[in-house]
Amino acid sequence: MEALLAFLDMGGYAAFVWPCFGLAAAVMIYLFVASRRELKAREARLEALRAASPRRRSGAAQREAAS
Amino acid sequence: MSRAATTASESRSLHRFANPARFLRAADAVYPWALAGLVVSLGIGLFLALFASPPDYQQGDTVRIMYVHVPSAWMALFVYASMAAGSASYLIWRHPLGVITAKAAAPVGAAFTFLALATGSLWGKPMWGTWWVWDARLTSVLILFFLYLGYIALMNAFENAERGQKAASLLCLVGVINLPIIKFSVDWWNTLHQPASVSRIGTPAIHESMLWPLGLMALAFTLYFIVVLILRTKSEMLNARLRALGVADLGGR
Amino acid sequence: MTRKRRRLHVALLGLLSLGTATALVLTAFEDNLVFFVSPTKIAEEGLEPDRYVRIGGLVEEGSVQQLEGNRVLFRVTDLAHAIPVTYDGILPDLFREGQGVVAQGSIGADGEIFVAREVLARHDENYMPAEVAEALQASGQWRPESGQPPPR
Repeated sequence: MEALLAFLDMGGYAAFVWPCFGLAAAVMIYLFVASRRELKAREARLEALRAASPRRRSGAAQREAAS
Repeated sequence: MSRAATTASESRSLHRFANPARFLRAADAVYPWALAGLVVSLGIGLFLALFASPPDYQQGDTVRIMYVHVPSAWMALFVYASMAAGSASYLIWRHPLGVITAKAAAPVGAAFTFLALATGSLWGKPMWGTWWVWDARLTSVLILFFLYLGYIALMNAFENAERGQKAASLLCLVGVINLPIIKFSVDWWNTLHQPASVSRIGTPAIHESMLWPLGLMALAFTLYFIVVLILRTKSEMLNARLRALGVADLGGR
Repeated sequence: MTRKRRRLHVALLGLLSLGTATALVLTAFEDNLVFFVSPTKIAEEGLEPDRYVRIGGLVEEGSVQQLEGNRVLFRVTDLAHAIPVTYDGILPDLFREGQGVVAQGSIGADGEIFVAREVLARHDENYMPAEVAEALQASGQWRPESGQPPPR
């Protein structure tokens, strides 16, 4: 228990050391999760479009549809 | 295109990695390994950084801030250098992958730069006695942060996506000049920030017991960049396809 | 191919001229980019009263004196010249004899003592555990450029 408290105290610099690690963890986890979520959303959207119109599956059909 | 034609031209074979389909195959192969490596190096790195490394003889336990601050700062520079390489390949050789990866990397670089500034501030207060000073090192890193923000803003500022890509890539290339300024600011001018400890001539000025956690955290941050870059680049490619299909993007920015 | 070659040349030329221009600008503004001046420079050029500057150097060995209250008197040295400094306030944790320091303020009315309004500590690029520092000191391998050996 005492060892744990000493560890958390960081030699009296807890107010500087822990926010550092906390901030880095928060920023990096957020960016990872947001990037992954965006990718999954776009994958799902493209998949839904494909399912809705099977003609778009081939590149030729895609160009046809676009023109 | 025949194999003979591909190998006939030296430059074409050099540029073969700029092919998006080839990139996707390589990225999917690398991703699980990079993620596994990230988990392992971050786990060991954090253990060493927080528990199993000694306090500094002068700075006590605040030295642990170094294990986040220094890798963040290295990555802030490294990500920008990679973006500049991508921007150059886009502007000069018109490789679409160059600008796609640079655009995908920009928020990661901005995040690392923010972390370098914020953790530096949290370190500066107890040790130097101030949150911030306008010395050459701190100011040039703040400029780097604004270069990242400017790049992201320019990229999205135009109705026509291609114009945004060209303007942002040009800004990125111009901003490269800031990288040597950041790196050598502590040698060219006197600053409150101390000179380099690891990348100096001769042996590093950091004891081995502190060099290990630093190295592992730097490895973890590099792998984190690769992992998030792969996710964001794939996402950017899908977004381009959705736009080509004339579909409004629902997946966020 | 020629268009790509041309764009490459334009980019290289642009970067080169940009680099040259930046180098010239930075050289021209060198005095503003310097964060602090050394005691030697002040000894050479003098310092008008009321001019607000930062002086940087090492806290001279054995020069720190506690005065009444929080006031402290010490000398900032670059090993060639030294300037006495007074400061009234809380010193940063890293403030130590033999360690780097930056004092911000102006020369006092007597023209001798520098009155600091802010004192910042500066540390060097060396990081090591206390035991290693002690061992280095005991074996006489402490490199003088690494600054002051650990207190104790």
